[in-house]
Amino acid sequence: MSSDTQAQHSAIKLFFLLLALCLGVLFWGVSVGSAGFFKFGFVQSDPILASIVLDIRLPRTLGALCCGGLLGLSGALAQGLFRNPLADPYLLGSASGATLGVALALVAFRISPGSSDWLTRLGLTGAAFIGATAAVLLTLALARGFQHTLRLLLCGIVVGVLLGALCSLTLLLEPEVLQSMQIFMLGSTSYIGWNSVGLMFMGWLICVSISIALGLFLDGLSLGESTAISLGFNISPMRALLIVVLALAVGLSVAQTGLIGFVGLVSPHLVRSMVKVTHAHLLFLSSWMGAALLGVADILARCLIAPRELPVGVLTAVLGGGYLLWLMQKRQFSRAGGEL
Amino acid sequence: MKKLILCCLGLWSSGLLFAIEVRDDRGVVLEFPAPAAHVISLLPSLSEMVCALNACDRLVGVDRNSNFPVSLAPLATLGSGLDPNIEAILLLKPDAVVMSHAPRAVERLQSLGVKVLVLEPKNQADVQRVIQTLATLLGVEDGGKLWRTIDSEINQAANSIPAKLKGLKVYFEVSRGPYAASESSFIGELLARLGESNIIPSSLGAFPLVNPEFIVKANPQIIFISSQEAIALPNRPGWGSINAIKNQRICVISKNEEDIVARPGPRMGQSAGILARCILAKGVMR
Repeated sequence: MSSDTQAQHSAIKLFFLLLALCLGVLFWGVSVGSAGFFKFGFVQSDPILASIVLDIRLPRTLGALCCGGLLGLSGALAQGLFRNPLADPYLLGSASGATLGVALALVAFRISPGSSDWLTRLGLTGAAFIGATAAVLLTLALARGFQHTLRLLLCGIVVGVLLGALCSLTLLLEPEVLQSMQIFMLGSTSYIGWNSVGLMFMGWLICVSISIALGLFLDGLSLGESTAISLGFNISPMRALLIVVLALAVGLSVAQTGLIGFVGLVSPHLVRSMVKVTHAHLLFLSSWMGAALLGVADILARCLIAPRELPVGVLTAVLGGGYLLWLMQKRQFSRAGGEL
Repeated sequence: MKKLILCCLGLWSSGLLFAIEVRDDRGVVLEFPAPAAHVISLLPSLSEMVCALNACDRLVGVDRNSNFPVSLAPLATLGSGLDPNIEAILLLKPDAVVMSHAPRAVERLQSLGVKVLVLEPKNQADVQRVIQTLATLLGVEDGGKLWRTIDSEINQAANSIPAKLKGLKVYFEVSRGPYAASESSFIGELLARLGESNIIPSSLGAFPLVNPEFIVKANPQIIFISSQEAIALPNRPGWGSINAIKNQRICVISKNEEDIVARPGPRMGQSAGILARCILAKGVMR
């Protein structure tokens, strides 16, 4: 009992630490950028600087936090759902689907710019979301439902490889879109506006609420499917709902920022290496860990070689991976988390 | 016997007299017994240069993106510089293949006995040099003349812009990212020759990925952008406050013009004309 209380205290401490880090990121993110550090009074007097802070830095920072939150949550969700510590949010083919969607949209824009109204309205964001969702649906169709975890995983990998190959073919035939695609594939927070922030925040609220509500089910599932059934869980609908949540979270983040790697994979591991908690807490804390990680990466991406930018995906890998390695060296990881 | 020796010497000296030595951009010197009669180009700007040197008929194959001049259309397409169709290239038995540097493809072709000239036209000085190299390879005299024509077309475009429209702050977006054309890129060089002030300094590299707020802060008066990106331009967060967008001074590079503007080649004079015409049109609006 005392160890449970201690774990709960550590979880609360970690939450406040991550919250403070996210608030720090928010303040830092609004203050710095390629155009320099702005004092607030100065900003009010200049409409351009005000626009930089209110229309670019603030939504961009909040967007990075929301997107990181979605990715961290979906990483923990995927690892719990597939009972595999190496599971990644992009596992069900959504990354390749989104990439193919964006590649096809870019090619269509090139062939007939402005002529197709529906395509303009859809935009790259819509194309990515549709691509990601279609890929997940294709995976589910090929796996004939949610029942078999291994079949689902294999189909996800196959769909990912197939759509990835189609995307490579598209890029080879239309190399003009290569540079735009590169940005999508490395992830970018450059163009996050208020609409994107609103969408991602709403998505995060929905996804985090449903996931936490089903945390107990994931705890049961971690003991094996038969145990979960014997504990009274109705596996199929719950798993279906969680896969929908996973697809929604990944689709939303990919559509707004492109493929940002490693946040989803590493956030749950970072949380597990620090505290030992049940799935409900793990999902929530992973989400905040992802937010903090992507928030810091975004600021570094725009500051390190300003006014040039680094691809944010590169930094998430360096930051998250580096920190995890450091933790593994520092502690006896097997005792703290054990999953790696 | 004497006759035979004299004959051999004669052949050797005639070989020396007619041998063509060409140094490519790697510094590799290639020798040809005669001007290249069958050439394959795996870079659109190089294909354009060969044709501009009135040697289009020497091209026996091109890459899939070489679409100008239209007379190239019936030629065999041999993949691209990155994934050339090696078998098809060998079948055509070219005297030389001209392409940009793609290590694996170049090595493979060379190992199969094909003479490969690696040429990298990236700025105006490069274009001038590469035209001269190609002229030597093809044994044509008018390499210098072609460059002078391009140069005078650029000057003509620059002269068409009145003094009041010089020195405008311009931003040229190459692709979504945003990737910009800086002062050191060939597009930046053209803009500089037109007398305009590029907001992206050369210190950032030729085509840097920049932070959007840098562009908003620099507040360009004219934006050059491709037609597919222009649609969503005003909706980019914070960009509404940029002068060029507020005053609708956005030069949209159409799909047909894109190839001309995006290739450092013999159509750089036309490219300067396209940029100058748009600056004039937007200036009239002011």
